[in-house]
Amino acid sequence: MSAWLSQHRAALASALHRLWATPLNTLLSLLVIGIALTLPGFGYVLLDNLRALGGNASGVQQISVFMNLDASRKEVGEIENRLRQAATGKWRFVPKEDALKRMQESEGMADIVASLPRNPLPDAFIVEPTRSDPEALEILRKEIAGWPRVAHVQLDSAWVKRLDAFLALGKLALWMLAGIFAAGLVAVTFNTIRLQVMAQAAEIEVARMIGATDSFIRRPFHYYGALQGALGGLVAAGLVFGALALLEGPVGDLANLYGGTHSLRAPGTVEVALLCAAGALLGWLGAQLSVSLSLRKFD
Amino acid sequence: MIVASNLTRRYPGGYEAVKDVSFTIESGQMVFVTGHSGAGKTTLVKLLASIERPTSGSLVVNGQNLSALRRSALPYVRRHFGMIFQDQKLLFDRSALDNVMLPLHIVGLPRREAVRRARAALDKVGLLEREKANPIALSGGEQQRLSIARAVVNRPTVLLADEPTGNLDVESAADILELFVDFNRVGVTVVVATHDQNWLARHPAGVLRLAHGRLVG
Repeated sequence: MSAWLSQHRAALASALHRLWATPLNTLLSLLVIGIALTLPGFGYVLLDNLRALGGNASGVQQISVFMNLDASRKEVGEIENRLRQAATGKWRFVPKEDALKRMQESEGMADIVASLPRNPLPDAFIVEPTRSDPEALEILRKEIAGWPRVAHVQLDSAWVKRLDAFLALGKLALWMLAGIFAAGLVAVTFNTIRLQVMAQAAEIEVARMIGATDSFIRRPFHYYGALQGALGGLVAAGLVFGALALLEGPVGDLANLYGGTHSLRAPGTVEVALLCAAGALLGWLGAQLSVSLSLRKFD
Repeated sequence: MIVASNLTRRYPGGYEAVKDVSFTIESGQMVFVTGHSGAGKTTLVKLLASIERPTSGSLVVNGQNLSALRRSALPYVRRHFGMIFQDQKLLFDRSALDNVMLPLHIVGLPRREAVRRARAALDKVGLLEREKANPIALSGGEQQRLSIARAVVNRPTVLLADEPTGNLDVESAADILELFVDFNRVGVTVVVATHDQNWLARHPAGVLRLAHGRLVG
């Protein structure tokens, strides 16, 4: 056990020493790996923010039911009864006066509303159905649309669904991007380790002849690849944070223009740790492939 | 005890460096392997060290049949031998002490204990004051003694040397021979491949004479 620990400690020390011994090479490799990890990492943060934006807007599916402009109180009451009987879920009534009042409160709308000769808004119901699967919603929409004096029924979830579809597409693109850059990272590590093996050829040759096992020879390279990948992950996290800091201002301005506030969600400790772990894993893989191939020469 | 039976090593291309060689070396014996250049001395020593594997025949060391071992078991077998190479194979990116520590590093000895043992080995070959020196700064004789320190630091039961005095002057060569005699005196089996006739004359030992890969005496 102590021999095992001592060997691992020595391999780690040797890997750190080799990284430290060639600072320029190390820096360049870290930058390449960092950039390779930044693109998928930044894409992830972007999608995460879009998802948060969609989630804020409307998590629940809603159906807006608009009455005819000239529908009477009694006719509106009839629809109310039908909604109660259908027991489709929660619903609330928005009288046209309330809708107008709320519109007046919206930014820049007060003047426009004041200049209107009469209230152009209809009475409306906002229904939150208990069943929110698309088929059920569509059936409900058709049913309500057939009721008397109902002018228009709108599924408010449509744009949320579009956003979801867009996010799903983005996620797929992100995975493909991540796959490509992961392969790039493995290739970069493969090459650095190959050069390392060449530089250590004398040591590897003599160590094998006097009783070093394959794992003894591989161990420092595994550590080297994994360390390089993990540090590359840190570089990537730094780049993502930097990009977010640059974007923070413009995004705030944009949100202001839409009369809201939105601040970008930065990756947390767990996400940074995952990025480093992914880097380490890919670095280890690159080292494993490289050493396996390079060591054949010594047989 | 080393027992070789019909040992043959054929290289890719069909060249047979060692052909059908059989011999026995008792534990604690000192044996010279001699012969002309290209007679198969180096190959025979590498076969004994299990660096090379026999194409046919068997090699039994201390009751263990090396020719039947799996490849993954070879590193552990090699640790029983102290190997001294014709070209020393010292590492010039580290100090003399670190060179000697390599075998201990391989078996995972804690550093403090490894330093202690490496210093003892350097002391044995008279290089303790040079422990911090880079091997490149050492003379040919010193380099060979350093490689001997590395070979014996793990206390092997068998010491194998391939032309250890190939590039040395007579005096340095005599020093090296003395070292081998010393190790042999404390019970280490010593096998030295050499074409140095002075050695054979000066020291009574078993001789395996090779010619074109075959044992001739």
